Amino acid sequence: MAVNEAGTLVERISSRFPQALQESSDFRGDLSVVIDPAQLVEVARFLKHEEGFDYFLYNTAVDWPARDPRFTIVWEVRSLANRTRVRIKTTASMPDPHVPSLTSVWPPANWHERETYDLFGITFDGHPDLRRILMPDTWEGYPLRKDYVSFGEPVIFSDQKLEGLEPDAIRG
Amino acid sequence: MADVSLYEATIGPEHEPQTEWMDLNMGPHHPSTHGVLRVRLKLDGERVRDAEPDIGYLHTGFEKSFEDKTYAQGITFSDRMDYLAPPINNVGFVSAVEKLIGIEVPPRAQAIRVLMMELARVASHELWLGTTGLDLGVYSGFFYAWRDRDLALDLNEAYSGVRMMTSFTRVGGVAWDLPDGWIDQLQRFVDVMPKRLDDFEAMLTQNPIWRQRLEGVGVLSREDAIEAGVTGPVLRASGVDYDVRKAFPYCGYEQYDFEVPSFKNGDCYDRYRQRIAEMRQSLRILQQAIDTLPDGPYLSSNRKVALPPRSELSKSMESVIHHFRLVSEGFKGPEGDVYAYVESPRGELGFYLVSDGTNKPYRMKVRPPSFCNLQPLRKLVQGVLVADVIAILGSLDFILGDVDR
Repeated sequence: MAVNEAGTLVERISSRFPQALQESSDFRGDLSVVIDPAQLVEVARFLKHEEGFDYFLYNTAVDWPARDPRFTIVWEVRSLANRTRVRIKTTASMPDPHVPSLTSVWPPANWHERETYDLFGITFDGHPDLRRILMPDTWEGYPLRKDYVSFGEPVIFSDQKLEGLEPDAIRG
Repeated sequence: MADVSLYEATIGPEHEPQTEWMDLNMGPHHPSTHGVLRVRLKLDGERVRDAEPDIGYLHTGFEKSFEDKTYAQGITFSDRMDYLAPPINNVGFVSAVEKLIGIEVPPRAQAIRVLMMELARVASHELWLGTTGLDLGVYSGFFYAWRDRDLALDLNEAYSGVRMMTSFTRVGGVAWDLPDGWIDQLQRFVDVMPKRLDDFEAMLTQNPIWRQRLEGVGVLSREDAIEAGVTGPVLRASGVDYDVRKAFPYCGYEQYDFEVPSFKNGDCYDRYRQRIAEMRQSLRILQQAIDTLPDGPYLSSNRKVALPPRSELSKSMESVIHHFRLVSEGFKGPEGDVYAYVESPRGELGFYLVSDGTNKPYRMKVRPPSFCNLQPLRKLVQGVLVADVIAILGSLDFILGDVDR
């Protein structure tokens, strides 16, 4: 399960793209690299065509409301031949979070990125068909954001109105 | 299919209809969609020119719900995503948590997990066999498959008290030891099943109608299969012998002697043979797991994570405190993110768990194999007859609870 060449893969990425690699970590054998969104697609191409990461696993996002940039977007890919795996991360900030799409590199990212767009409201630039996929097209809000309340009735108290809280922020 | 075009909404001008386009909704309520999948077909006569799967009818927000529950409470959610292989989802979920907190699972617990998982794989493939046969007109096969699947569900019930939503895992082991007589009951199942599979194969494998319906339909080449990101039996039927159990063994799969079957053509017929072959391998693993079932504890002795046995509560104050803390607030995980994965009957089922150091997952992303296998549907059905859409849908073996979560 451990990524055998963890150190060397990170070194290869950083020597090839010195500006792109912002951070890397190896937690419980899972290798993660944080890539600058500006060079994300190039790094992804490099990983697929030169490092053999041919098998797309998933894409998702993590919402950290207190942080800036607020969203971490995660893609994970595997090399079937080398039996290794790498997690590619990048970040996006409010108010209009957007990152490059990796569908041009790994076509199966298509639905996964649509799901992330649907549930987190993150725009993937260059995605061929960016629409909601699980929620209805008319849905308002992004359910997996941390400020989206999963249970309860939408109730606005008068003092909250005074603070200018939008009804959407607390809808159930 | 290295480009993105196959996922795009438009189709080229060479596909001008002979008469006029017809839009046909297959589903959301249609027997062959096995749940609530809607496929918008664009037809030119009997030929499918384009198809757009519309998913989300069963979306229940499991990933959001995981964030509200402690790690122990989350186990009962995991069952309900892929409701035809609950034990495998249970194990996938707890193995993500176990990887996060770095806890060892006792060998007996691992063997019990393997027994339950392989049983679930056989049950799930049996159900697939029955329902896909039903879709294609093999009505009697359904009853044979259901009879055999029921034997597996009886074993689920004898062990966990429920036939489907077993929720039998705990972080650090399993909830209960095997009851008396369970292994004998399982042995009878393992003894009878090869014969039952032979019967099935005698009925279908060389059946000319069955072969005509499946051979050469829904072909996915090896390269296309990898490029499309399909997984599990669908990937292996296209010639990629990738199985998580073999490639990255977990729960002690490395100690069992089994093969990863794969086929070459990648059509519906190979996917059928693939699943039959996988059931035979599962039975092989079951027999070995019965023979080598280790003794010992079935739950970790780490009291910070696993509940103390009931008998200790009347004797030990520490046990009472541990019990109280685990039941009331659960345990905390370290900060970090892990990805753990198991081989479900539909392919690689992954759980990406992000922890912020509290007693609940900060984010739990499920990588559902059905979702990945359904994605290339648009490409697979272009140009086929409407009746073949049914065969292709069936051969992908997706579970809408798994697709939509």
